[in-house]
Amino acid sequence: MEKFTTLDAIAAPLLRINVDTDAIIPSREMKRVSKLGLSEGLFAGWRYTAPGSREENPDFILNQPPFRDAKILLSGQNFGCGSSREHAVWALAEWGIRCIIAPSFGAIFQGNCVRNGILPVVFDETLVDSLASQVRADPANNLIKVDLVRRIVTAPDGQEHGFEISDGDREMLLEGLDAIALTLRHKQEIQAFRDADRGRRPWVYLD
Amino acid sequence: MTAKSLFEKVWQDHVVVPETDDTPAVLYIDLHLIHEVTTPQAFNVLRERGIRVRRPDLTLATMDHSTPTVPVTSLKDLDVVAEGSAARQIRQMIENCREFGIELHGFDRDTRGIVHVIGPELGATQPGKTIVCGDSHSSTHGAFGALAFGIGSTEVGHVLATQCLLQRRPRTLAVNINGQLAAGVTAKDIILALIAKIGVDGGTGHVIEYRGSTVAALDMEQRMTICNMSIEAGARAGMMAPDETTVEYLRGRPMAPQGADWDAAVKRWLALPSDPGASFDREVSLDASALEPMITFGTNPGMAIPVTAAIPERYSGPSFRKAMEYMQVEAGKPMLGKPVDLVFIGSCTNSRITDLRQVASVLRGRKVADNVKMLIVPGSQAIKQQAESEGLDEVFRAAGADWRESGCSMCLGMNGDTVPAGQLCVSTSNRNFEGRQGIGARTVLASPLTAAAAAVSGSIADPRTLETRQ
Repeated sequence: MEKFTTLDAIAAPLLRINVDTDAIIPSREMKRVSKLGLSEGLFAGWRYTAPGSREENPDFILNQPPFRDAKILLSGQNFGCGSSREHAVWALAEWGIRCIIAPSFGAIFQGNCVRNGILPVVFDETLVDSLASQVRADPANNLIKVDLVRRIVTAPDGQEHGFEISDGDREMLLEGLDAIALTLRHKQEIQAFRDADRGRRPWVYLD
Repeated sequence: MTAKSLFEKVWQDHVVVPETDDTPAVLYIDLHLIHEVTTPQAFNVLRERGIRVRRPDLTLATMDHSTPTVPVTSLKDLDVVAEGSAARQIRQMIENCREFGIELHGFDRDTRGIVHVIGPELGATQPGKTIVCGDSHSSTHGAFGALAFGIGSTEVGHVLATQCLLQRRPRTLAVNINGQLAAGVTAKDIILALIAKIGVDGGTGHVIEYRGSTVAALDMEQRMTICNMSIEAGARAGMMAPDETTVEYLRGRPMAPQGADWDAAVKRWLALPSDPGASFDREVSLDASALEPMITFGTNPGMAIPVTAAIPERYSGPSFRKAMEYMQVEAGKPMLGKPVDLVFIGSCTNSRITDLRQVASVLRGRKVADNVKMLIVPGSQAIKQQAESEGLDEVFRAAGADWRESGCSMCLGMNGDTVPAGQLCVSTSNRNFEGRQGIGARTVLASPLTAAAAAVSGSIADPRTLETRQ
């Protein structure tokens, strides 16, 4: 997994509330057996002009010149709600998004972000709106800085805003850690749990 | 001893390594449900690292999301009836299960069906278990008093490799539902009314426990409908106390415990309900006796109203306006009487035998309106057989509905069953998101009774105005 430490990037305001993972990637775009190529289906329903076409809709923000290079997304509350599909995060990551700033996130989506090197930052709506208007004033130059080491976002106006993230999630992003390896450190505890549990609930085990 | 909630009991029973300020808990997983859409990337991870599946016996595999709902009698058929990419996903699932030694409830089995339908049907879903699946509607299994939730594909790989998950303990939300439901009002109406009340992020960060006299009086299928849509309120999971109804549902099912194990299991299950005085981080209440049949008017499940009501004018903002434009509806006007193009009966929310019986009670002796196409997709092959043994398929066909093989079908439009752009579909599924059922599809969520009433009326209708026929 790609590590995340700091970022200084163009931010795209997509200020809708409840952006669901069906909108981030519709099911018709995820019939793949690998993670590659999913960015083509990112926001397919909004990004292209006609159903099924690949002709870009010029009104959609990520199709507009400075925002085509955005690495940060600003959005409304409950971003990534709905389906658990990790394809949504893979599509965002492949497209180039490394950080999403929103008032709240769908829980499964938020977990998926951390496991794929995308930093979810929770800021209240007023702050997200303020960041969005600063960015809109001059999108190519009014960059947003994200520092995960210090847990600080620096707005284009130079103001610093602290954000919260659990130590475990921060560590995973900073180090590009892998949860399977972390868990397998507890192999003995897992084995001991299973042996004891088998005595308590033999019917759960079918081997 | 302090009073514990159902959630706390199940959580504590599965903690392998407790959480700390720095690290999440290692939580043991009793049952892992897998399907063809969210697992191929997870199996790839195992392959890359040379890891085997740790507990194939605790992994239940089926195919449902991208599978055709027309018969597939041999794998050769697949290329004829399924789109190339869907067929590839299905073949990959068969290959992955073979390679990793997992039993697959595939096309050659009469146990195949929607993953959240067959888990309970086989008796694999049991009280007190931790159950996960790469699908957000895993919350369905909470109806049995299990702690069940959806996970991403990376976590699917994690469970396959370790039979554990790293989890932070969620907060708890008690939803007290009391009162007797009026005729024509069902579990679907309860959950739509609840989400309308608390919002699509009203349960974020919480595990819901649904309690109260209304819940206790529901059968297991209705309970599953409610728990299924917990995620639509943003909740991590939804749970209900196991009771005699739960025990009777599970008795004798193929994967339920037998003999002495059964007795020990039942004793343990019936000790799981929240202790009197157990505390919750939050509580909300719903008066079930005041509920009416519900329908949605917008593009998320919280935008729901009683079927006879007008779309509220209290909302504002660009997101709301976009939803109104997309749905081609107007604030201040009712949904009632709006012409309908399609009716879909199915999905992990409402595709079980009692749902189909309700639909039949409306369709019996009536015709699907000329302007409406109706698709009825049973939740599993077993339900299909059961429905056919009761003659329900004949009622459906005589009314002019299309009766299919089991699968997720038009709920998410991944298998070719889609709603054409601009068409209005009354659906018993769980999500009315923009484009969910097809590009430009306009979805109205409703109960099986309300959906069936729309099918025979040709427009959105109040099911209480139609006499049901058993």
